[in-house]
Amino acid sequence: MRILVVTEQRQGKWNNTSFETLVAAQQIAAATPGAVSAAVIGKGVAPFAEELASKNVAEVLLVEHDLLESYTPDGYCVALKQVIETAKPDLVLFPHTYQVRDFAPKLAASLGKGMIGDCVGFRSEDGRLVFVRQMFQGKTAADVTFTGAAPWFVSFQSGAFRADLLAAHPGGKAPVNAAQVTLSAGDIRTKPLELFKEAKSAVDLTQAPLIVAIGRGIKAPENIVQAEALAKALGAEIAASRPICDEGWLPMDRQIGSSGQTVAPKLYLALGISGAIQHVVGMKGSRTIVAVNKDQNAPIFEIADYGIVADIFEVMPALTEELQKTKG
Amino acid sequence: MNIIVCVKQVPAKDAPLAIAGNWIKESDIGFEMNEPDSYALEEALRLKEKHGGEVIALSLGPERVKQTIKEALAKGADRGIHIADDNFAQLDPLGTAKLLAAAIASQKCDLVLTGLQSDDHGFGQTGVLLAGLLNLPHATLIMQIEALDGRLKLKRELEAGWFQWIECPLPAVLSIQSGINKVRYATLKGIMGAKKKEIAVVTRESLGVAIEPTQKIERIYVPTKTKKTEFLTGTPKEMAAKLVEKLKFEARVI
Repeated sequence: MRILVVTEQRQGKWNNTSFETLVAAQQIAAATPGAVSAAVIGKGVAPFAEELASKNVAEVLLVEHDLLESYTPDGYCVALKQVIETAKPDLVLFPHTYQVRDFAPKLAASLGKGMIGDCVGFRSEDGRLVFVRQMFQGKTAADVTFTGAAPWFVSFQSGAFRADLLAAHPGGKAPVNAAQVTLSAGDIRTKPLELFKEAKSAVDLTQAPLIVAIGRGIKAPENIVQAEALAKALGAEIAASRPICDEGWLPMDRQIGSSGQTVAPKLYLALGISGAIQHVVGMKGSRTIVAVNKDQNAPIFEIADYGIVADIFEVMPALTEELQKTKG
Repeated sequence: MNIIVCVKQVPAKDAPLAIAGNWIKESDIGFEMNEPDSYALEEALRLKEKHGGEVIALSLGPERVKQTIKEALAKGADRGIHIADDNFAQLDPLGTAKLLAAAIASQKCDLVLTGLQSDDHGFGQTGVLLAGLLNLPHATLIMQIEALDGRLKLKRELEAGWFQWIECPLPAVLSIQSGINKVRYATLKGIMGAKKKEIAVVTRESLGVAIEPTQKIERIYVPTKTKKTEFLTGTPKEMAAKLVEKLKFEARVI
């Protein structure tokens, strides 16, 4: 099986879900068996292609064009359609990012194909690939298969695979080959303007190795200082579930979940968070999850590695003190 | 500005789900308008109030989805189109979009709005596929719409706190991000007025759409718990000490 992974970067930075998707590709390639190539798309993105070439891939396709400097769904669809028609992969994998949601279904449809989006895993059953995704907001899982001929299009949810399992190239380096694409300005109907951040101190929580997150259990804005003290003692970023940000107790850029950021830190400490699926989809890929909640039936405990059933207002100061002690 | 807004009817948020094959038992549960679509409807109504025109509520599904169309009419949509289809749960995203696109193509409209995704299937593809099938420009995750002369200025939400302004010509398809506005309630007057509004009924056959599925949901099931939770006990101080030790020496994350 020939697998093509379409990676994503913006403003000189990788979207790390790209690496998780490469891991998914390597695992599918091992199971089917098959070969993985990776595409980098943009302008002036050769350094990204060089970096990918050090991973265990057969080939890196460098898709460059002046009209691909800024992302547009039209530009990406026109360019990637040509890449796919030339490279003829059986399976095209994407990280399930906001950008991919914006163009990949249309790209697949332009080739008369369907896409299974937002997958959390796969199985190979007698050479047939079964993709697992969530339905009913995570209350159920679904096994989904393709019914038509290849190429098949799949996107994987952030945190579904571990980027640190990405295998290096066994022989040093894979070839980087330029994929020629023809694009004209008339192909692109939307005009991207300036990028901006709304909040003054906007943070990228996806890069934080340690996160302390608060939910409705924090009760009042004046209590947040206790969670912040704990975060400081831990050297962690502070984050929250949606209701806290809707109330304006923390800025929106601190929100974790389906409408906020999706993170997969080494440690996620959830304080007074019940674990509604809208929140869980944004953090379930965390390496270690600690939940503190006074309700022992809170769904957050279903995904927690360590659980403490207690009042967060008793645990927060005790934990802060303990951390300060071990550091000092 | 004439606007078609796609609204889906989904199981109510607190409905207990009983799995049946690759769908759920529909008897005994309530249904409601898909919450992300309610934001798209609200946005359509606000654009109409500002710029004039007509709002058409379009929904695909069995007879019960008429209730959701009526809700849209009660809130201020001018008329409805119901693609009557008892087998809608077996459609893949492309099949769903093909039916909606055929119904949209039969109307004169400047703008098609959808919600971000549905709370049942959760494919999140409909708006983007409609744009492809109708050959219209599109944008997703829209947080603000400003109508200029014959085009739109849109605020798109990106990841990690970033936003972007983009310009998009009309006609276009937009997928609206949840939280863009505060959704209105239907008034009693609206509910009474909705009774006189038209709901046209069409079918796969009358639209002349042949569906060839690209994917199949084999089965759905309750996900298995993947983690074994270790509960720590004792006084808060003891639990804190145990946790720090576990995080240092067992999980090795601090």
